[in-house]
Amino acid sequence: MKTAVFIEKRAGTERLRNVTLELTGKAAALMKPFHGEVVGIFVGDRLPEDTDDLFKYGMHRVVFYNNAKLKHLHSIAIKNIVAQFVKSEKPDIVLFGATHTGRDIAPLVAAQIYTGLTADCTQLVIDDYRDKGKILYQIRPAFGGNILATIVTPDHRPMMATVREGVMPLPEQKSNNTVKFEELTVDFKDEWVKSEFLRIIPKISKVDLSAANVIVSGGAGVGNKEAFKMIFQLAEALGAEVGASRAAVDFGFVEKDRQVGQTGSVVRPKLYIACGISGSIQHRAGMEESQKILAINKDPDAPIFGIAHMGIVGDLKEIIPLMIRYLREEG
Amino acid sequence: MSKIVVLAKQVPDTANIRGNAMKEDGTVNRAALPTVFNPEDLNALETALQIKDRTGREVILLTMGPYKAVEIIKQALYMGADAGYLLTDKKFAGSDTWATSYILAEAIKKIGGVDLVVAGRQAIDGDTAQVGPQVAEKLNFNQVTYVTALNDVTDKAITVERDGEFQTEVIKARLPLLLTVTSAANTPRYPSARNMLRYFKADIKENIPAEKRAEYERNGWVIPTLTFADLKDINEAQIGLKGSPTKVNAIRDIAVQGGDLKMYDPQLDGVKALVRDLMKQYVEVQS
Ligand SMILES: Cc1cc2nc3c(=O)[nH]c(=O)nc-3n(C[C@H](O)[C@H](O)[C@H](O)COP(=O)(O)OP(=O)(O)OC[C@H]3O[C@@H](n4cnc5c(N)ncnc54)[C@H](O)[C@@H]3O)c2cc1C
Ligand SMILES: Cc1cc2nc3c(=O)[nH]c(=O)nc-3n(C[C@H](O)[C@H](O)[C@H](O)COP(=O)(O)OP(=O)(O)OC[C@H]3O[C@@H](n4cnc5c(N)ncnc54)[C@H](O)[C@@H]3O)c2cc1C
Repeated sequence: MKTAVFIEKRAGTERLRNVTLELTGKAAALMKPFHGEVVGIFVGDRLPEDTDDLFKYGMHRVVFYNNAKLKHLHSIAIKNIVAQFVKSEKPDIVLFGATHTGRDIAPLVAAQIYTGLTADCTQLVIDDYRDKGKILYQIRPAFGGNILATIVTPDHRPMMATVREGVMPLPEQKSNNTVKFEELTVDFKDEWVKSEFLRIIPKISKVDLSAANVIVSGGAGVGNKEAFKMIFQLAEALGAEVGASRAAVDFGFVEKDRQVGQTGSVVRPKLYIACGISGSIQHRAGMEESQKILAINKDPDAPIFGIAHMGIVGDLKEIIPLMIRYLREEG
Repeated sequence: MSKIVVLAKQVPDTANIRGNAMKEDGTVNRAALPTVFNPEDLNALETALQIKDRTGREVILLTMGPYKAVEIIKQALYMGADAGYLLTDKKFAGSDTWATSYILAEAIKKIGGVDLVVAGRQAIDGDTAQVGPQVAEKLNFNQVTYVTALNDVTDKAITVERDGEFQTEVIKARLPLLLTVTSAANTPRYPSARNMLRYFKADIKENIPAEKRAEYERNGWVIPTLTFADLKDINEAQIGLKGSPTKVNAIRDIAVQGGDLKMYDPQLDGVKALVRDLMKQYVEVQS
């Protein structure tokens, strides 16, 4: 058996994205019982400078194609090269991060190859399927997080899936695989480059919620931008990162990159504190796997209490300042 | 001038689940959900209409679904689309994103003369965000996903902004092109009263009594349908449940249910107890 992992660089840096490490660890765990191989594929202007780290997470071999023309996301070119790799390597499984890059390239590759692609998986398991032998069970939420579907690709290969960053736990680095690189020979066609990247505007705050151990999130119930400072103060007192519901983002209390949920980040911190957040299905889709959830809400019937482990019913404008004061006294 | 096709899907309103859509056991009764125009497809339509406002290009809505999906075609006509096609056939049922995009691409070829396709980023039921790019691949078009703004439009290229997560990318993309548009791109316009008056009778041919055909034709009230038989080159083995590489093996409903919830008093003592519990459990996290 063989699993391929799409290697992604974090835009604006020369380093790997976390999801690539997470997928490598997951692929290694999936392949272990079958003594299978984990192969990385990188297509871009230059390999990430820390690519060697992948071998500590269980990677066996990295296949790469570097071309200065591919500094940006030239979808058609990258797709053609990844598809060429898949056709010649014939992996059983191909994993992509469910990032704005992975979700741009993976569907193109699956469409070209005529195989199945399962979106946004939260669990991947290899098991027997009818008379087909071992296949990949791909488990994913759908219907706005109201259902969990198990998707299989019984008759087409490879079985392809995307997985969000932060969903698979970052494994321990324990493998001492030897570093092995292989350069892909590509008959590159300039006509594959169909777009011109006129300007790149870095986003000012690069909040990485998926890496936070504790997240304090504010919702519409915080009331206004001024009051939202309280959320930042509570986060600071706890050494936490600040998150938000979409309503808080839409009202302009905070930047969009702090949004947690179906259309924001998926997080699973050790502690998630939801302040003035009702707990809509879309919000829960991004945080309900947190180890502990504390809900602060004035409405005892707010759905958020349905998934919380700790709760306090009352006005957050009174409760949060008390918490900050007491945390500072204790800490 | 080449035409613009907008891809849109009628979806159950998974965002507003209330009342009888919730079952006793806390799971969602999907059959009881009202249907809506997929939210980001309205942003896609608005993008296309803005291009129409600037260039006069024709905007055509294309939806694959049951007869009920005529509702979103009419909504698009009310907003300013020039025409809408209903792509419907029992043979299409059960299609995954691969088969769906194959059928949509064949329909776009049938419509003909299209060099721009605008899709929503994601449908709120299937939630895959795969159909747009897969249509681009089937048509051999250029693509830009996660579009957050429309800048320039010329005969040869369209300049858009793309949400690249850590950066905004300003991209001049050559036609023929497929865009997938996010909710950040615009605010969809309201239907116009004039268009509502003009199109409220619109329906598919099959529903129009024979004696009224001529009147409907004259007034542009006939919503064209496309079926399997209309898509000459389509390979039946690659559509529907049978032609779809992915299969839904099992579905589990997620119940909204109470875990073991410890409540604290909102007064000072309760808050102190809460903070103490937090500190006990998270000292190691904090340090
Ligand atoms: C396609 C789609 C995708 C979406 N994606 C996301 C997503 O990724 N993330 C997301 O969060 N949402 C998302 N949403 C929106 C979601 O449906 C909800 O509208 C949103 O989560 C509500 O945010 P909220 O809980 O802050 O606001 P509300 O639902 O308005 O809740 C505010 C809460 O604050 C409480 N409150 C008010 N005042 C106080 C006070 N003084 N003290 C204490 N409590 C108070 C109220 O009791 C209430 O429970 C999406 C929606 C759609 C349609
Ligand atoms: C529980 C469940 C899970 C599923 N998981 C997968 C999966 O992982 N992989 C897979 O391949 N299939 C999957 N499917 C099948 C998939 O939902 C259907 O193929 C569906 O028709 C299209 O996918 P989507 O709703 O995710 O659309 P998306 O890809 O999210 O839609 C993106 C855009 O494409 C356009 N579009 C989508 N559908 C239509 C349409 N019918 N007519 C016109 N325009 C349209 C719209 O512009 C839309 O905004 C799943 C189905 C179910 C019920």
